Formats: sequence, structure tokens, C-alpha cells
Amino acid sequence: MHELAIAQDIVDAVCARADGRRVRRVTVRIGKLTAVVPDAMRFCFDLAVEGTVADGARLEIEERAGEARCHECGAEVELADPILLCPCGSANLAVTAGRELQIVSMEVG
Amino acid sequence: MCATCGCGHTHEVITLEQKVLAKNDELAASNRAFLEGQEITAINLMSSPGSGKTTLLERTIRELTRTMAVIEGDQETALDADRIRSTGCPVVQINTGAGCHLDAAMLREAIDRLQPARRALLFVENVGNLVCPALFDLGERGRVVVVSVTEGTDKPLKYPYMFAAADLVVVNKVDLLPYVDFDLAACRAYVASVNPKAEVLALSATRGDNLDSWYDWLAAV
Repeated sequence: MHELAIAQDIVDAVCARADGRRVRRVTVRIGKLTAVVPDAMRFCFDLAVEGTVADGARLEIEERAGEARCHECGAEVELADPILLCPCGSANLAVTAGRELQIVSMEVG
Repeated sequence: MCATCGCGHTHEVITLEQKVLAKNDELAASNRAFLEGQEITAINLMSSPGSGKTTLLERTIRELTRTMAVIEGDQETALDADRIRSTGCPVVQINTGAGCHLDAAMLREAIDRLQPARRALLFVENVGNLVCPALFDLGERGRVVVVSVTEGTDKPLKYPYMFAAADLVVVNKVDLLPYVDFDLAACRAYVASVNPKAEVLALSATRGDNLDSWYDWLAAV
């Protein structure tokens, strides 16, 4: 349940930036190649905001698909999981997207 | 009217664009700088419970002449720290309670308690868990994932995030290969499919097979 530690980190960061103002919405970007499950994230976020200025804030999650470039055939490949495999059979791929784990923005006031 | 909550006033949108776990990463960077300053080599050992991390450490401590120290992470008990202490090696135990992983702040606190010697080889035995510890940088020099042959060949595919984070994968308990259905070549291929850069060492911490390769890796890291 690392999502709880991650949710706690997000809530600490937004509360620090909110500087006492009420946080209404928080938007985060989660890549599909991170080991973070959006549903677990939502559940943990609601626990982590309790008693803070972000209590009741809505969590918006922008999911990012996994993408990689094949070093053998040059193709841009979409990755559904962290297993690096190109349809050409090569496992020599460089991940270009899907490892994001960022706080994008928040709405306060 | 505000689109978020339907209230009458306007809310301010603040762009953050900052990494989640930025605080942990900062602390990990400070741990790394401290350890490098002390020329301490920290190795983060991760695995599922029961893969033989503590047994591998006990044997390593007995067989290597280098100065070593150990930080033990478990949810509860000081049993592993007691095993390490009986080898004479300095050790501290971190109990994470409900926590499923070590983070950079816990490591720093443990380092402050342990005060490892300059140039020491510092082993950090993470909480037995093949999911969460992969996300938390501690400030270590090398990441080792230990998997044992009794756990099944397909572990790297089932827990790809963990194996993707490894510098070295140790396949332990090869002395049990005649008794279990484990395909070492396939396991190597699975590791390569999630992490082409990871080295794989097959060894037995109890019988001693191939431990020289492990010691060579530790000397080079």
C-alpha cells in the first residue's frame, strides 16, 4: 500500500503551497508504468486529506500511457505493462513515457 | 460560478508540475552525498519475505574481511537484527509498523543511530515486499533484488516494477534446484525482458555456490 505514502506526500506538498487557503482540487499525472494504482490512490488521498486544508478536495488523475522507442526497428511502441517487447521481437527498447508521477496543479480559495 | 464546487466565487489555479515523492528524492540525494563523503557503499537489498536476504548477509559478513554494517527493516520484531548482531557486525533495526517499505528519512535516522565506519559496506535490508520498496530511493549505491528458486520462475514478470529497479538480481537457494520446478534460463530471460541492464547471479547462501561472484560484484559496485 505505497499509495498511502504517495498520497501523504501529495497532500503535504499541496497544503504547504496552499498556505492556509482551502484546497478544492488537486490534479496529478500518473504514468501506467509506475506501480501506482489510480483507484488505490483515490482511496488513500481521501484518507490523507482528513483534517487538513485539503479536506474534501477532489482528486483528478491524468493517466499517461506507456510508450517506448525500439532501438532495433525504430518503431514507437505503446506499452501496456513494464515488459519491454516490440512487435518486431526486440526487447531493446527505451521507455519514453509512462513513468510520470507528478502533481500537475491545484485549485485553492 | 466556480466549476469545481458550484460556489459563487472564483478559485485560483496554481500550477505545481512537481514530482511526487520530491521530498523523498531530496532526502535520498542528501543521504547519497553524505554516504559518498564517508566513502560508504550502501546496498539496498529487496525481495519477498523468506528469499534468504538475512542468510546471505550472515554468510557475507562471516566471509568478507571488509568493514560492514547492516540496517534491518521489518514491520515488526528485532529478530533479523539479532541474527546479524550475533555475527559481531554493527546493526540497527527499523520497525516500520504498518509501513511496507523503507524511505529516505527512515534510512537517515538509522544511519545516525548506527554511525557506520568510514569506507564501510552498508547493507540495507528492506522490508520483505516485491512492490512498494521499488518506488522509494534511499540514497543507496546499488539495488539488489533477491529471489529464491522456491518462489517460481515467473517472479520477474509478476513483479516487473521491482525487477526494473534492480542493478543486480540474485537467484538464491540454487542448492534446491533438483527438488523444485524452477527454470533458471527462463528466469534470466524474464529479468532481461523487464530490465536488460540488470546482472543476474545464481547462488546458494547456505551451501556457498557461486558466492565469489557476489563478492566480486560487491567489490566492484
